[in-house]
Amino acid sequence: MTRDLKHVLAGLRARDKASVAQVLNWVEDRRFAAQSRVQELLDRLCREHGDGAEDEGLRIGLTGPPGVGKSSLVARLGCAYRQAGRSVAVVAIDPTSVVSGGALLGDRARMEFDPRDRDCFMRSLSTRGHAGGLSYAVHSAVQILASAFDVVLVETTGVGQNETDIIHIADTVVLVVQPGGGDTLQFLKAGVMEIPDLFVVNKADETKLAQRALSDLKSALHTLAAVGSFSGAPPQAISTSARHGDGIEDLMNAISAHREGLGDKGRSHRRQQGDLAWSFSLFLRDFGVFGMNQLGGQEVVKRLLHEGLVRGSSPPAVVDTLGSALLRAIRDPDFQRHRV
Amino acid sequence: MTHRAQETRDRPWIMRTYAGHSTARASNALYRTNLEKGQTGLSVAFDLPTQTGYDPDHPLARGEVGKVGVPITHLGDMRALFDSIPLEEMNTSMTINATAPWLLAMYIALAEERGVDPRTLRGTTQNDIVKEYLSRGTYIFPPQHSMRLITDVVIYTVEHVPRWNPINICSYHLQEAGATPTQELAYALVTAIGVLDAVQATGQISEPRFEQVFGRLSFFVNAGIRFVEELCKMRAFVELWSRVAEQRYGVKEEKFRRFRYGIQVNSLGLTEQQPENNIIRIVLEMLAVTLSKDARARAIQLPAWNEALGLPRSWDQQWSLRAQQILAFETDLLEYGDLFRGSHVVEAKTQALVDSAWEEVVHVLDQGGAIEAVESGYVKQRLVESNAVRLQAIESGAQTVVGVNAYTTSEQSPLTADLSRAFLSVDPEVERAQIQSVNDWKTKRDAAAVREALGGLRHAAESGENIMPASIQAAHAGVTTGEWAFALREVFGEYRAPTGVGSAHVASRGAVEDSLHRLRRRLDDVEHRIGRRPKMLVGKPGLDGHSNGAEQIALLARDVGFEVVYEGIRVTPEQIAASAVEEGVHLVGLSILSGGHLAVVPEILRLLREAGRPDLPVVVGGIIPDRDAARLREAGVAAVYTPKDFALSSIMEALVSLVDEGQQHSAS
Repeated sequence: MTRDLKHVLAGLRARDKASVAQVLNWVEDRRFAAQSRVQELLDRLCREHGDGAEDEGLRIGLTGPPGVGKSSLVARLGCAYRQAGRSVAVVAIDPTSVVSGGALLGDRARMEFDPRDRDCFMRSLSTRGHAGGLSYAVHSAVQILASAFDVVLVETTGVGQNETDIIHIADTVVLVVQPGGGDTLQFLKAGVMEIPDLFVVNKADETKLAQRALSDLKSALHTLAAVGSFSGAPPQAISTSARHGDGIEDLMNAISAHREGLGDKGRSHRRQQGDLAWSFSLFLRDFGVFGMNQLGGQEVVKRLLHEGLVRGSSPPAVVDTLGSALLRAIRDPDFQRHRV
Repeated sequence: MTHRAQETRDRPWIMRTYAGHSTARASNALYRTNLEKGQTGLSVAFDLPTQTGYDPDHPLARGEVGKVGVPITHLGDMRALFDSIPLEEMNTSMTINATAPWLLAMYIALAEERGVDPRTLRGTTQNDIVKEYLSRGTYIFPPQHSMRLITDVVIYTVEHVPRWNPINICSYHLQEAGATPTQELAYALVTAIGVLDAVQATGQISEPRFEQVFGRLSFFVNAGIRFVEELCKMRAFVELWSRVAEQRYGVKEEKFRRFRYGIQVNSLGLTEQQPENNIIRIVLEMLAVTLSKDARARAIQLPAWNEALGLPRSWDQQWSLRAQQILAFETDLLEYGDLFRGSHVVEAKTQALVDSAWEEVVHVLDQGGAIEAVESGYVKQRLVESNAVRLQAIESGAQTVVGVNAYTTSEQSPLTADLSRAFLSVDPEVERAQIQSVNDWKTKRDAAAVREALGGLRHAAESGENIMPASIQAAHAGVTTGEWAFALREVFGEYRAPTGVGSAHVASRGAVEDSLHRLRRRLDDVEHRIGRRPKMLVGKPGLDGHSNGAEQIALLARDVGFEVVYEGIRVTPEQIAASAVEEGVHLVGLSILSGGHLAVVPEILRLLREAGRPDLPVVVGGIIPDRDAARLREAGVAAVYTPKDFALSSIMEALVSLVDEGQQHSAS
């Protein structure tokens, strides 16, 4: 590890803002030098934490359609965790314009954190137009922030594909909806209902509507549970008002309850699944279907990735190793595919 | 002037100058001189801390005290401001909104002290919060609480200060934010409807009294350089207001249905290039609101020719006052009836505006009304889009602006030969003196009475009692502006309005589109070289809420391909530095129009150095005199942009270059 990297790692652990930001700059930097630094850093963190389930930060994902007040809710939740003495990092993800590649990262406008507070950090990331929603950078960013902060809040916009990604990043996924939006029915139809671990009806200041939305939601969850849609306990549904700060404690309790329900084993299994999905999509990005078939198809590639992860390597490092294997396979005409 | 003509002349409008700066004492001297010069009313400009409810020693007030207006922190300041000016004879207009109940309370308290019956007081509190959320930015509380304060003032004055105009619905600032005439008409009307509905909903006003309330509503309008259209806009206002009176509220008495308005002509169109031309623009714009007898302004205040350069001096304001006096007293304008009744051209144009504006009124009412359309960001987004279209038209040359994009060859103007003296500079010592005077004030007052008054204020805020009596009591007790506002902040909370930038979309055409394409390709190149997408922070530090410039830069930067972090108005230097560092931006752009740049910008540079980012290029845009621009560059600012830099795509070009160069020098 170079001195440069050691210095930054020390800064990261001390939650020095410039160092944390520097690491995230590298995460977003697609040049080889930056990417290998990130890989080295992730490897180091992976080796230190093992599967990381106990001593790493709480990772909470908040998702839902635009305009339901996610940013305000994240701000309230962040402040509540800070008041409870936990350090907090926020990652807000905004869509990128397909035409210009530009993006307006507007969520900071709704977050009122004390700028002098060293234990609070916020970064906006844009999706960079990758199919599948969350950018590759988000995985690394969350992993790195979780090594330094007690709580990492990830906010994503939109419904659909993004939710299936957030489940690979967060220990607890919270779906935020608003009263009268008709969102719950849509989620039911889209099958998104099975992804969130918690449901929040925000903007509960519109009391009557909110009560109805909450009871609709609860009965939908009840029905789903009855037909066996959930492997474990059905998710909780609560109401909040980010505007007035109501229900924030309930939300924190529900998040803790979900975390306890998962247990160390459940959490570590979930993270492994997340890392596997992340490395598989990294592999596809770098080597494509052609590469996958050269190594014997999806099953084989996933198995190889899994083995690498269990050995304690970071997802980018595992993909790197597999890449080398692939190169050997292509170069050596006698190389037996099934031996891989 | 013939004798006969004098007999039939109409009474001229009230002539005012928007004025106030430095201290209450200095502003009082200015007012007295202005009255001697023939001004017939006063228009008080307050500084931003007073407008946003901060005492001068608050961190957010840094660099802003006495800049864009006079600081009025307590009753003592109010006494000094109106020293030797008889309140009972004055017609005083106050540009005050979020803290309107408080400033009016101090004015009433001063009248009581002097033994003047408040029932004789005449004047106007602007008190229109909707346009603050949309364009001017001096709001404090969330919409529903702001609306409640407005209705409190309306209900109180109708009873106790009956000759006062409790609210001046402002379409002025909407045009400054880029509104088209149709939008200006529509959004002013839905604001008025919002206020009237809110007053009705309190149930505190009886049916016959409601007509009086309706009659007390007045408007504050803008007039731009397309003066024929603007003239028709004023006639359309008259017609639409009468429609609202009849159809929505059933107002029967003719005198209560009248559309009463005051005006400040357009500042948006005033140019920094060949600034002497502005006096001609100002006069033409004044014609739009005076030529029609049927839709003539009740009160006029004109900007000064040099407003794009800095704060106007007394002489600059006198020049504008003389323009009014020449039109009213030298010309024969006031000898005739309405000049345009029966004109097919004017009537057709007026009707077209009435129709399009009404359509938009209905559209907003269908969304729930003005407050809802503010909270959803709908109106703001429409304004941001219109302004982008306007700026594009100037940049592409589709809209001619003499001296800016046409006829730019010019002699050296003797008026601006010594630029450092061509506008007013406020002594930075003013801030320290005002802080000192507030401290003195606080030691001399009765602490127990202050505590009790603040308790009464909080009680009124919580219980829903009218806020005015408790505020007047607080004024007598010596409460300060900051204390009044913080007592209410505790009860109501604070608000951040939608920026309108996130979802605004503007189609670009012609030359502007070409340069956009070119810049996008360049930015892609830069991204390849530096490994990630160029990212910039657009920051609006200080209390100045005029966010149009910042919004347009943020919007265009996004369309060029930057990742843009924009946090809206009123952010502190600490917040800007923290955001720049945490977000890992390549560039910081700051917008400051209040004149506070010399205090705020070096502070941000210092904080960036402290945070380990001395390398970060910082650019500043605003009304910044050349001399100050040089000082900012010395302090480390990479570039300074002023109103004369109208070609936004050249600014963008320079910003892309800055990121490119900055990255070539830095290691990561």
